[in-house]
Amino acid sequence: MSTGTTAKGEEPRSTAMRGVARVTRGHPVWSGSDLDPGQRPALRPMTAEAVAREGVGHTRQRLEVLGRERASGNWLPWESELRDRGAAIRRETLRDLDGYLSRLAAQLESRGVIVHRVSSAAQAREAVGRIATDHGVTLVAKSKSMATEEIGLTAHLTTLGIDVVETDLGEYIAQVAGERPSHIVGPALHMSRQDVTDLFSQLNGDPLPPDPDVLASYARERLRADFKAAQMGICGVNFAAADTGTLVVVSNEGNVDMVASQPDLLVAVMPVEKVIPRLADIGTLVPLLCTAANKEFTTAYQTLLSGARRPGEIDGPAEFHCVIFDNGRTALLGTPEEEILACIRCGNCQFSCPVFRTLGGGHAYGTTYGGPVGAVLSPLLGEATRDRDLPFLCSLCGACADACPVKIPLDDLLVAGRATYEAEQPRGVESFGWTLWSRFWSTPALYRATRSAARIAGRLIPAGVLGRLPVVRLWASGRTVPDVSHAGDRPRGRSGSSGGSPEGEDR
Amino acid sequence: MTVVSRPGTLPERVALFTTCLADFAAPGPLAATIAVLEAIGVEVVVPRDQTCCGQPALNSGFPAQAGRVLAQTLDSLDGAEAVVTLAGSCAAMIVHHSTRLLGAEAASRSGVRNLWEFTQFVAAFGEDLDLELDATVTYHDGCHMTRLLGERTAPRTVLSRIRGLRLVEMPDSDTCCGFGGTFSAKFPELSVAMADVKLDNAATARAEYVVSADPGCLMQLQTRADAAGRSIRTRHIAEIVRDAMRTPA
Repeated sequence: MSTGTTAKGEEPRSTAMRGVARVTRGHPVWSGSDLDPGQRPALRPMTAEAVAREGVGHTRQRLEVLGRERASGNWLPWESELRDRGAAIRRETLRDLDGYLSRLAAQLESRGVIVHRVSSAAQAREAVGRIATDHGVTLVAKSKSMATEEIGLTAHLTTLGIDVVETDLGEYIAQVAGERPSHIVGPALHMSRQDVTDLFSQLNGDPLPPDPDVLASYARERLRADFKAAQMGICGVNFAAADTGTLVVVSNEGNVDMVASQPDLLVAVMPVEKVIPRLADIGTLVPLLCTAANKEFTTAYQTLLSGARRPGEIDGPAEFHCVIFDNGRTALLGTPEEEILACIRCGNCQFSCPVFRTLGGGHAYGTTYGGPVGAVLSPLLGEATRDRDLPFLCSLCGACADACPVKIPLDDLLVAGRATYEAEQPRGVESFGWTLWSRFWSTPALYRATRSAARIAGRLIPAGVLGRLPVVRLWASGRTVPDVSHAGDRPRGRSGSSGGSPEGEDR
Repeated sequence: MTVVSRPGTLPERVALFTTCLADFAAPGPLAATIAVLEAIGVEVVVPRDQTCCGQPALNSGFPAQAGRVLAQTLDSLDGAEAVVTLAGSCAAMIVHHSTRLLGAEAASRSGVRNLWEFTQFVAAFGEDLDLELDATVTYHDGCHMTRLLGERTAPRTVLSRIRGLRLVEMPDSDTCCGFGGTFSAKFPELSVAMADVKLDNAATARAEYVVSADPGCLMQLQTRADAAGRSIRTRHIAEIVRDAMRTPA
């Protein structure tokens, strides 16, 4: 289950993953790190199971607190200015994405970085796998990266016999539990302090106290050994400056610095849209990202990677690779969906989303990216047409668009994604039904006929029977059937009762 | 958010956009809306050929079908000096999506340009209403009215004019009730779980009524409360204002 283990019965090479075979914490199949994204359950049963899970209410409440703090959509004046600037920089990037990528690649190469520009997720993970096997790597220390989740990197390296350990605390917790990150910036947000205590106690073989300091120290000690032993580091990228070839990674635990400085071999993995025009733009984008993600002006650590170790330097990777992958993104340029490439992965839309919160996090989307950004982005990634129905997993409340630091019109994109999905379906009952509906309801007499039919049905058919009709049955699970026995009733008002209705009007 | 320019003076006659949802399942709020508008001093007409704003089809992934129905409703509202609707979500749909579905010229149609959400109209022209009601209410901000239409203040302005009325805010008053149109039938368990969160929050206000300006939210919350055996009562804001009128229409 856990991808950090080696073959059964063998102790993992990773110190941090020792004892993982003792972990018995259960989780639904759809939250597992081994879920094949193409094989996820249908959305409705998955969401029904998610809202019925034990403890989901507590997760929801935690997310609500975070949502109130961070994602209210009430941007302070200085935050609004930052947001305007950040949104503009991201659009500027997208207008010439390929140009900025070429400049970035040239700058990286001039700094001794070996650049791999690949198209698909499979090519990306295979490129990293080749680098690892070429160097005989057996242990990888990895910092948090949604891009590596997207390309299924850890699972791929594991099949090559390589141990991978996540060094971000939340990501480490999720890895030990065998689960995917449940939130873009808070991978273990779906777990309570007690959950983590139980998990680490199992890992430890002896009970640990429910004290965050003790639990964090426990992880820290174990991870420290892996930083020393790992032959290769893998990190993600928050921003890649085209003018200087600087890769910027933000974190709060210092683990990125360790990953990028301890092993002799470093691989940074990024999707194409992480490029930004100028290094100076991080003056806007880092505080914007940190404000949106965490209500902090900046993270504790900003790691600026400026190429491989040069003669005379005492640390940094001797060999530095950067894998830049596309996975369906550049095909979006020039379409309305290109907007989603402006995303800086702050996770604020997830905090803001009542669907995400009620589901207890992003697992029940069954994809790498959950929440509003995931419901828009996931269906657009890769060559395969999967997850195309995700835009429906949304009540269209629009809170995400207000919460987005780079002003992506997420709610409009979710509506558009639904139309895209339906346009791809073979014409069936649903399409026939809506077309018939539109014919009826664009013809006033037929609209009134359906209203009369509803009125008669509401009067003659008992609610208990109505509630078993198709569609109505879906409404009536957990709700009473609305009373339509007065459909079309027109009250007699002053103007209506004093001398008849104006022509053509229904009074 | 689209900015709609509207007359600053009280129109003589108002066309009521009933919305399909209220036309089918919320006759009480419809009657109350008409009563309040008449008390303000306008003649209310209900254009006979109106149907629906098309939102159910749009949000289900069928924009062409949505546009066809919306076009019919806009046709029926052509020539109206002012159009008032009692559903914030339908108002937002028309204001936000008409031009997307029907082209730029849709912005100049009466049903778009002269459209008022009920509380906007009452806030603008109902200042002289003599309102008094001894009640405690809490207000639920419907999502589309709040975010697509950008209207957060008009409902509270209207409620604040009612003497004796106590508005107790609930936590997260602008969080979705879980209705979401066809979302409620596609994901009933999730939709109901969201309604329960909203009802729990509303209950903390210890109010007699959960008030909103959206019949959709109210239907979701009332039918969930009834099925769960909760005593919470919902009320459209038009009904509250009508009940508060000293000289009932």
